[in-house]
Amino acid sequence: MSWARRHLLSIEELSPEEIVTVLDTAASFKEVATRTIKKVPALRGKTVASLFMEPSTRTRVSFELAAKRLSADTLSITAQASSLTKGESLKDTAKNIEALNADFVVLRHSAAGAARFLAERLEAGIVNAGDGAHEHPTQALLDTFTIREKLGRIEGLDVLILGDILFSRVARSNIWALTKLGARVTLCGPATLAPLEFAKLGVRVTHDVEAALRQADVVNLLRIQHERQRKTYFPSTGEYNAIFGLTAERFRLTKPEVLIMHPGPINRGVEIASEVADGPRSVILEQVSNGLAVRMAVLFLLNGARGADRAPGASSP
Amino acid sequence: MSSLVIENGRVMDPARGVDEKRDLWILDGRVARAPTRPPPDLPRLDARGRVVCPGLIDMHVHLREPGRSDKETIGSGTRAAARGGFTSVVCMPNTSPPADQAGTVEFIKARAREHGTVRVFPTGAITVGLKGEQMAEIGALKRAGVVAVTDDGHCVQNNEVMRRAVEYAKMFGLPVLDHCQDYALSAEGVAHEGYWSMALGLRGWPSIAEEVIVARNCLLAEKADWKIHMQHLSAAGSVRLLREARTRGVKVSGEVCPHHLALTDESLKGYDTAFKMNPPLRSEADVEALLEGIADGTIEILASDHAPHCCYEKEVEFDFAPFGIVGLETELGVFLTKLVHKKVLSLSKMIAMLTVNPARLLGLELGTLAEGATGDVTVFDPDLEWTVDREEFLSHGRNTPFHGWQLKGRATATIVGGKIAWQG
Repeated sequence: MSWARRHLLSIEELSPEEIVTVLDTAASFKEVATRTIKKVPALRGKTVASLFMEPSTRTRVSFELAAKRLSADTLSITAQASSLTKGESLKDTAKNIEALNADFVVLRHSAAGAARFLAERLEAGIVNAGDGAHEHPTQALLDTFTIREKLGRIEGLDVLILGDILFSRVARSNIWALTKLGARVTLCGPATLAPLEFAKLGVRVTHDVEAALRQADVVNLLRIQHERQRKTYFPSTGEYNAIFGLTAERFRLTKPEVLIMHPGPINRGVEIASEVADGPRSVILEQVSNGLAVRMAVLFLLNGARGADRAPGASSP
Repeated sequence: MSSLVIENGRVMDPARGVDEKRDLWILDGRVARAPTRPPPDLPRLDARGRVVCPGLIDMHVHLREPGRSDKETIGSGTRAAARGGFTSVVCMPNTSPPADQAGTVEFIKARAREHGTVRVFPTGAITVGLKGEQMAEIGALKRAGVVAVTDDGHCVQNNEVMRRAVEYAKMFGLPVLDHCQDYALSAEGVAHEGYWSMALGLRGWPSIAEEVIVARNCLLAEKADWKIHMQHLSAAGSVRLLREARTRGVKVSGEVCPHHLALTDESLKGYDTAFKMNPPLRSEADVEALLEGIADGTIEILASDHAPHCCYEKEVEFDFAPFGIVGLETELGVFLTKLVHKKVLSLSKMIAMLTVNPARLLGLELGTLAEGATGDVTVFDPDLEWTVDREEFLSHGRNTPFHGWQLKGRATATIVGGKIAWQG
């Protein structure tokens, strides 16, 4: 096991070995969740602050629970309930959190590069929990963890990412993780939301959803929204569903052993039909459970790298 | 009135095709013939090994006064200009309040008289409040002394408003300077739409958002038979459109800034806001097209788009940082390094792009060293190698993408009306 990073900012910067290290570590933490006492003392005495500048439920709760299962103290700040709405800058907010001796800051932010911005300015370890349309590394790690657990491998698999690619950090992190681990990645969506530029990342871009579905071993669906920012990109969620939605009918085109994934929250009847989301090939809820193990693994590994930085015995009181 | 003899320099005056080693005399603030009986005790400046050219003009500068003197003042901005080798700056009207009324222009001129180290030529707004709706009182602005009208920082979106403003400004002989940006197309873009915006997850500001407005301006300039100058061009298509229109004699011109020649959007990969400006840094192909446009004369003016901001304003998330970088104290070095030393164009042509060309566009009686001309002179060493250190800037702004760069070529003296405004 080799892990020397103090921050997790992107998948793009990770080596394939580092990704595998996280997945292997997560596998052992997943076992912890099956015990009667679901807690380990790995981060006892450490503080994990989650700073969520964008609404999020599952990621925030998942990180908090991961930190608690590792025996860390946690504090949680959301944009709505903080000085950030009073015009305080991100830098000042983060410096204040650091003044409370937080060891880790888990950041969710609407601006790409925000996690890196903090990493350049704080002593604390930074975990990117989603920065704008840039990356959402732990989501990609839990997605690859789930695929590997279910199908036994990543290499050589055909993975289809279907939906709004352009605005999606989940898509970008998954593209990096999957291509690094040797999967063949296909992106599909309306031409406006799945632009050809993405082919430069070593993936295939298509607008023929049915051909793509027939070929896929894994279908990872992305949430489709038709709000202000995307109004000009496609006509309506109804038309999206008609042309790109994973309807029950289209689902019949997929391979029998296909995995249906979604980072949530799902829009039933838009990108995915209810019966597919709840069907036997769906692993959407397992993704959520695996997310906990993956986030425990990430915090655990980052903590180890930070310990290595410091003088021996520095962690004892 | 000041007098000065600049001795032993290489005097270059592209307006008259002059390039010779000799002394340059300034008597009572004006370029003069060497007197047969020189007055005693005349101040002398040794310019051996240096180029002596007409005072450089930067026709795209933000001095931030009135309204944001924490970012820059007319005093600090003109000191920075002098240090950079500029004897004249043309300041943009996007102050607070904007220069859409004669009173604001008069204020700027008064401050410049009191605190200006170099000449300051104000521009006036095209529309009230730079809002692109109601034409500003361009006649009153002209009387107050503006040299052009522009909504710089903003772009008039309504084609009818722009058309009438060009026709109206023509009556006063005022060129129209335009920041070319279609807001619907650029939307909330912060980075050139291309590989890097895709990989970094930054919103794209596509080249077409500039090119559409360049095309519109070519049509409007042709229709009105009047001058529209396209500011800070960044995209390959803009150069192509401009070339086509100029070939047909349309009164359009274009300007390029140092950063769009020296940098590409790849610089954004660290999300450093010192690389965030509007229009954004574009691709390698765009840089090549700009260089071609400069080499073949399609683009005839160089300027900085000097846009100082406070450090704390820039030290935020990339999306939230204001657009703009400072340029006055680095541009001559960048232009010499990237254009002259790289043999894109001759030293004489580069000087013309910073002197006589902007002077002609704006109708300024500057930009030449002919006998009797205003004694504004820049002395520079084209081969001096130096390292950019933003802490040495005289501008209040530290927001430069060139910190730590090695540049070749730098001003050594800046002379305004025969008086040494800066000497390094």
